[in-house]
Amino acid sequence: MKKLFLIVPFLMLAGCSSSQTWGWYVIDPTTQTGWTNVKFLISGMWATIQISLIAAVLSIVLGLMVALPGLSEKRGWRLTNRVYVEFVRAIPLLPMLFWVFYGLPIVFQSMGLNVPIDPFWGAIITLAISDSAFTAEIYRAGIQSIARGQREAAQTIGLNYVQTMRYVILPQAIRRILPPLANQFIYIVKMSAFASVIGMQELTRRANELVVTEYRPLEIYTLLIFEYLILVLIISAGVRWLERRMGADERG
Amino acid sequence: MSDAAIELAGVNKWFDTFHVLKDINLTVKNGERVVICGPSGSGKSTVVRCINQLEKHQQGTIRVDGVELTDDPKSAASIRSEVGMVFQQFNLFPHLTVLENLTLGPIKARGLSRKDAEEKARKYLDRVHIPDQADKRPVQLSGGQQQRVAIARSLCMEPRVLLFDEPTSALDPEMISEVLDVMVELAQEGMTMVVVTHEMGFARKVADKMIFMDAGEIVEEGHPEHFFTNPQSERCRKFLSQILQH
Repeated sequence: MKKLFLIVPFLMLAGCSSSQTWGWYVIDPTTQTGWTNVKFLISGMWATIQISLIAAVLSIVLGLMVALPGLSEKRGWRLTNRVYVEFVRAIPLLPMLFWVFYGLPIVFQSMGLNVPIDPFWGAIITLAISDSAFTAEIYRAGIQSIARGQREAAQTIGLNYVQTMRYVILPQAIRRILPPLANQFIYIVKMSAFASVIGMQELTRRANELVVTEYRPLEIYTLLIFEYLILVLIISAGVRWLERRMGADERG
Repeated sequence: MSDAAIELAGVNKWFDTFHVLKDINLTVKNGERVVICGPSGSGKSTVVRCINQLEKHQQGTIRVDGVELTDDPKSAASIRSEVGMVFQQFNLFPHLTVLENLTLGPIKARGLSRKDAEEKARKYLDRVHIPDQADKRPVQLSGGQQQRVAIARSLCMEPRVLLFDEPTSALDPEMISEVLDVMVELAQEGMTMVVVTHEMGFARKVADKMIFMDAGEIVEEGHPEHFFTNPQSERCRKFLSQILQH
């Protein structure tokens, strides 16, 4: 944390060497306009949290649905998984966002359906699909790390596939899956910044709009970086707490 | 209902190009104790794993209680509830307590109430002589205790046949006898058992039939008295002399 504050004066020096000087007044909370600006920037926080959280939950569900066929003994199922993962993983987020937001309604229309997609859900769908390919790979690795004998033992006491996953495999795999899933969640929070380009009023969009009226990009984007930093630190702390709790459970 | 609990007829199996089971014919009658021995890689574990469908055979028929095993998942499920299995590596569920290990199958697969399942679990824990470990996790138990929990877990499903795949091979020497004692008691109570093991003392005590396998074939089959004193084949004689030397 201390190191990060050391960067700030360095950036100030960098500013001095160019023709521009720093103008922190633009986000100085002690002045009337500065405080209004700060409130305007922070007000995008709730949208960023909502988009990230809903996208992460969808990605966790979707990822499991994609991962399970990949673990099947049947080649056809495994192929479905491979095609999905390789294809989705290869699409950059920005073009996919455009395709979902502008393209998907047209696809629906050609099928005779009227499904409007607003920026909020456009961003969520894109983030969830894009992330699900990565989540699926995390699940696959986690489930494969559980010894084969566990599945066999579950079968010999009469459990079916769903019961085996639900009561035997996933409870053991989740401890190994959780840390990389948390990583992905942090990734989603940062990637949600792309939602600004389709007009979603989240953190980055607010910053962009203020830059246009105030002409102070460096100061405003510096604050934006710290806004994301705070979000990510909160997530990290939450995940560490969860891991400790589960770790204690395993020892008990 | 036929007298045979398990019938294998002309069973062949390949792992890719490796012919692991060659024309296996074997009948296990109700209440019979069959012990399978043989060098490692002879296919003895694979026979047992085919019987409860953990492995699929490619040729021949396997009948359990007169019902032929097919690819139909329903047949696999109904067979598995008739056939219990004890593994070399115990395969207890590490995230559950001993009691939960025992009640999981009866509650989820058999639809028993928690109360009935726990009552049954305690009865079988008593039978394998560890009534006071119910609330511990498997890692807190010794290897011998873990294997006895695994046996109790199988018994909770009240199977008609119990399969053992080298149940004492992963145990420290001083714990082998506590597991074998439980198995002898089960045999004396009339449980139908198929046991893959190198414990020849146990085999002499309980076996109704001895099977010797080598290179995927049943080389010799017979009553333990003849089997141990007068083996017919050279391969069997050599194997027995090697493991009985000590």
